[in-house]
Amino acid sequence: MSQDYNFAYLDEQTKRMIRRAILKGLAIPGYQVPFASREMPMPYGWGTGGVQVSAATLTPDDTMKVIDQGADDTTNAVSIRKFFQKTADIDVTEETSKATVIQTRHRIPEEDLREDQILVYQVPIPEPLRFLEPRETETRKMHALEEYGLMHVKLYEDIARHGNIATAYAYPVKVEGRYVMDPSPIPKFDNPKMEMAGIQLFGAGREQRIYALPPYTQVVSLDFDDHPFDPSKADAPCDLCGATHTYLDEVIMDDAGTAMFVCSDTDYCRSRREAGHTGAQSAAQLHEVNA
Amino acid sequence: MAFEMQALQGGFDDPPRQASFAFRAAMMAMARPGDIQHIHGGAAPAPCSAAAATLLLTLCDRETPLCLVGNHDTDAMRDWVNFHIGAPIVSACDAQFVLGRWTAVPLSDLPIGTPDYPDRSATVIVEMDELSQTGAGLSGPGIKDRASLNLPDIAFFQDNNALFPLGLDFYFCAGDQLAALPRSTKVEG
Repeated sequence: MSQDYNFAYLDEQTKRMIRRAILKGLAIPGYQVPFASREMPMPYGWGTGGVQVSAATLTPDDTMKVIDQGADDTTNAVSIRKFFQKTADIDVTEETSKATVIQTRHRIPEEDLREDQILVYQVPIPEPLRFLEPRETETRKMHALEEYGLMHVKLYEDIARHGNIATAYAYPVKVEGRYVMDPSPIPKFDNPKMEMAGIQLFGAGREQRIYALPPYTQVVSLDFDDHPFDPSKADAPCDLCGATHTYLDEVIMDDAGTAMFVCSDTDYCRSRREAGHTGAQSAAQLHEVNA
Repeated sequence: MAFEMQALQGGFDDPPRQASFAFRAAMMAMARPGDIQHIHGGAAPAPCSAAAATLLLTLCDRETPLCLVGNHDTDAMRDWVNFHIGAPIVSACDAQFVLGRWTAVPLSDLPIGTPDYPDRSATVIVEMDELSQTGAGLSGPGIKDRASLNLPDIAFFQDNNALFPLGLDFYFCAGDQLAALPRSTKVEG
């Protein structure tokens, strides 16, 4: 670790301020706690909120995993992982089961999290009502009065226009029957996983909000009796590991538009392939076809 | 001289690392009401427990008005807080953190937050003789099925939960033991 940095980059007073916000967030699940977000050595939109929450949460004993859209090897994930290796001298891993703190951009790992694991989300717009009501003073009042009719109108207009609820990511949830919360732009496929054993912390750096879900908190995706919530995914198996129960990315392969589907969670897909699972385009399958 | 020395001792030797471990325990406790964690590293003048001293060092600073109540409101304790933490010592109605034994805490005077900002409520650090997972039944966020904790009262915590999303949040300390009860927890006798 470079001795030029305090442990995990932030100064102690900033960490105390963030820690107090995290505790109030855990005490009021789903409520967005304002905090004095600091400038971080990365641009807004690259996970400054998640990084600040991680910095206040990490201990020297932690093993950290960072994912971006499910992948450990994308620019955002690699740079944040290196940032904490440099400033906190912690161990890092790509394996979900070995991590104690997982910072994520827009996915929940496929593997169920344990009680000792902490999931930190990077959140761009924490206010689920923001695109319906731009004024902070008004949305704050709407949360205080539990006035969420507008959100149901939005979902209803989806149905009127498209025949179903077209919202596919950042699908709004209600926490413990009280606060409507933005789950960050995770696919709605991941929404049911939010009722988990691990602690979930959400950090929005530019918008200066922290919110949290304790383990086993009730998280219900908003829907209607005649249009129940549907955690949909691409109707195909993973072309590499054959999984039919995971969230898939569609990868365009050539100019003719040929596509293949692969697990968005790269670690989960790798562990399945190592366990012998194969998909339509995995090396083993192609070899058999050619032989 | 002895008096002054006491105020200067009992802080963290290595604040970034000790505070990180203490916060992890404090967060686990708040996220899992009824769970008993162990934290140490801080030592304040008697009768303040090691857990409470560590919690103050981890969470409080110049920005957090602190209210000392009952036999925790001593000159020695004020000097210790002043030297290590710098938190302004205030009366109950202005407090963000409160430290004392259950019977001494002026519960009805403490800020419970506002409907717009329910986070602007006091966190009460209650000194106990011991902590055990017996007595009051707990359920709600952070608890899989049901948990238990030897709470000093039951009716008060039921009323506090009824105020949700407003209300007070509690830490309980005994020696190096730490447990928590946020406002979101439902309490049964």
